[in-house]
Amino acid sequence: MLEAILSIGGIGLTAAVALGLAAKKFAVEVDPRELAVLEALPGANCGACGFPGCGGFAKALVEGKANPNACTPGGQATVERIAHILGVAATAADPQVAVVLCQGDNPRAALKYRYLGMADCNAAQRIAEGPKQCPGGCLGLGSCVRACPFSAIEITGEGLAVISRELCTGCTRCVAACPRGVIRMTPLAATVHVLCNSHDKGAQVRKYCAVGCIACHICAKTVPGAYVVEDFLARVDYEHRDQAGAAVEKCPTHCIRDFAQGYPPGSSFAAPTVPVAGKSAA
Amino acid sequence: MMKKLKTFRGGLHPSEHKEQTAHLAIEDCPLPEELVIPLSQHIGAPAEACVAKGERVAKGQLIGRARGFVSVPVHASTSGEVLAVEARPHPSGKLLPAVVLRPDGEDAWGEAPASVADYRELGAEELCERIRAAGVVGLGGAAFPTHVKLSPPPEKPIHTLLINGVECEPYLTADHRLMLEETARLLAGIDILRRALGARRVCIGIEANKPDAIARLEEACRGTDVEVATLAVKYPQGAEKQLISALVGREVPSGGLPMDLGVVVQNVGTAAAVADAVLAGKPLIERVTTLTGSALARPGNLRVRIGTPLRHLVAWRGGLTGELAKILCGGPMMGAAQLSLDVPVVRGTSGVLLLREGDVELRRESACIRCGRCVRACPSFLMPTTIAAYARLERFEAAEQFRAMDCIECGCCTYICPAAIPLVQAVRHAKLAILARRRKL
Repeated sequence: MLEAILSIGGIGLTAAVALGLAAKKFAVEVDPRELAVLEALPGANCGACGFPGCGGFAKALVEGKANPNACTPGGQATVERIAHILGVAATAADPQVAVVLCQGDNPRAALKYRYLGMADCNAAQRIAEGPKQCPGGCLGLGSCVRACPFSAIEITGEGLAVISRELCTGCTRCVAACPRGVIRMTPLAATVHVLCNSHDKGAQVRKYCAVGCIACHICAKTVPGAYVVEDFLARVDYEHRDQAGAAVEKCPTHCIRDFAQGYPPGSSFAAPTVPVAGKSAA
Repeated sequence: MMKKLKTFRGGLHPSEHKEQTAHLAIEDCPLPEELVIPLSQHIGAPAEACVAKGERVAKGQLIGRARGFVSVPVHASTSGEVLAVEARPHPSGKLLPAVVLRPDGEDAWGEAPASVADYRELGAEELCERIRAAGVVGLGGAAFPTHVKLSPPPEKPIHTLLINGVECEPYLTADHRLMLEETARLLAGIDILRRALGARRVCIGIEANKPDAIARLEEACRGTDVEVATLAVKYPQGAEKQLISALVGREVPSGGLPMDLGVVVQNVGTAAAVADAVLAGKPLIERVTTLTGSALARPGNLRVRIGTPLRHLVAWRGGLTGELAKILCGGPMMGAAQLSLDVPVVRGTSGVLLLREGDVELRRESACIRCGRCVRACPSFLMPTTIAAYARLERFEAAEQFRAMDCIECGCCTYICPAAIPLVQAVRHAKLAILARRRKL
């Protein structure tokens, strides 16, 4: 009994001494500011800053190789905290959110074929360029949902991706995951968007989608300057975003939406009561 | 006393459904009102159109020039007027450039095709060039340019030529009928292929479910050194690597080609097209294909001009019976589903399968129950369920470690899966992602 206690205790003691010495000898010098910055970062490791995770970004910041406002998910509060730690001036970043430029869910947009394959937009896109007749519309199989580190994207019951303006941090992961380029980064302050991504001519769009842009130019005529129609598709010129709202009611296919009034039908996200609140208000 | 038939490891035996057409002689399909001849009908670079709208072309005239070594020219399937050179529905599901031709009904050759007195006097290179110029590709379905297979690098001499008369896909009987009805043309083509390769051993592999074709070829090959081998009835016996495994007893190494073993495999249809190309100077402008399925009034084996829209074939065979649920170009295991009957028959169209609503099983995917049936069935000795799981998680490097690139996409795993998991699609998804990553590196 005693032998056992002594031998196990002895092994423990030797190991403790060895570990203690090793910790002293092989200690890694870390800039204390790096740890402080890392703590101030959101910790999502989303990669939006272009560095390998929050750790990589913190290191680059301390070395002066990155601008604090490169962390879009952190918002203005994080930028200010990092600037304070590093003793540099905080330059405001224009906060961005991702928007799905499509409202063509199952009842509104026609299918090309029955798809029973892998629930992955990229895999579906490889079969005859996607099961939807629209070449640009949301496929609703959720590749963006899986890519989003902030659970900011949902697929409605009718198969349309919708991105929460409160939860989206602007990390752009969903933009990269979407095979159809239907997700676009837009200024958070802009709540009016043309929710269509089809460059087909109007007559063709009408054949397959009830809520597609038919390039009728009514929006551009209603608010000159706030809309640009290019290649049979209208888009909001976000420089003049404040005036864009005037055309929402005029659009004959209702493909212009003001997110301040609510999300597309079927979404469980509550309409943002105050536009552009976002997380930076926290 | 029954000898055990040669075969490969893995695979399965789906219902054959060949009785609908196996007894029907090949019939010539009349010309349609409009031929749509895609410029991309082969693996490799698409051909480049060399005719313009309004131009008159003769039968067999070059209308698309090959671009690069792994590419073949495209020829007019009949004489007529070029209506357009534009993007048209293609069996790949995309809109791809095609030459649209209105036949003039005369079906007249341009200059008489240059026939050759004795091909035995021609060298391997000249044979190869004639085959390339005729646009011959693998007619088993993959449409790989034949001249590329006939030009192995000097350090890889070919000693064995295998002729693929297996036709293991359910429903398809075109190769079966070709072996029965055009035995002489087939054997001439085989002799040309063997000379082009310098192969010592020639072996024709046929599944045991075609005893009449086996008897016919055995009879025709008596006294020559061409072997005729009877193979067990199992899918995918006609896949290149599986056929080699059965007849040569060796495995093509992972990432390798049959030529690494000194073997070349050619389909029976390809051999017949080679005979036309070399002996008669005729380009590949028609093929034998099986038109079948429950939605069709009169199924059959047809000799069809390349570019004939499926709609024309169906109308000529008495139209549809019942509501059409699925159109497949190729067999049910590896064939590609089509969006409409507007797509044309191309060089790789080994069959057209039309299925009725109710005959197509639409199963919703459920969770993997880890039964391992896909692993047992896989003729490439892969673990499809594991690769598919990694593909879903987008862990493509792990999928690559599990040898996703060795998948031959035969469809056995998806067929056998009791949970209806789209395994082949997932593995193919992984393969494309791996290839994209390799290109980037």
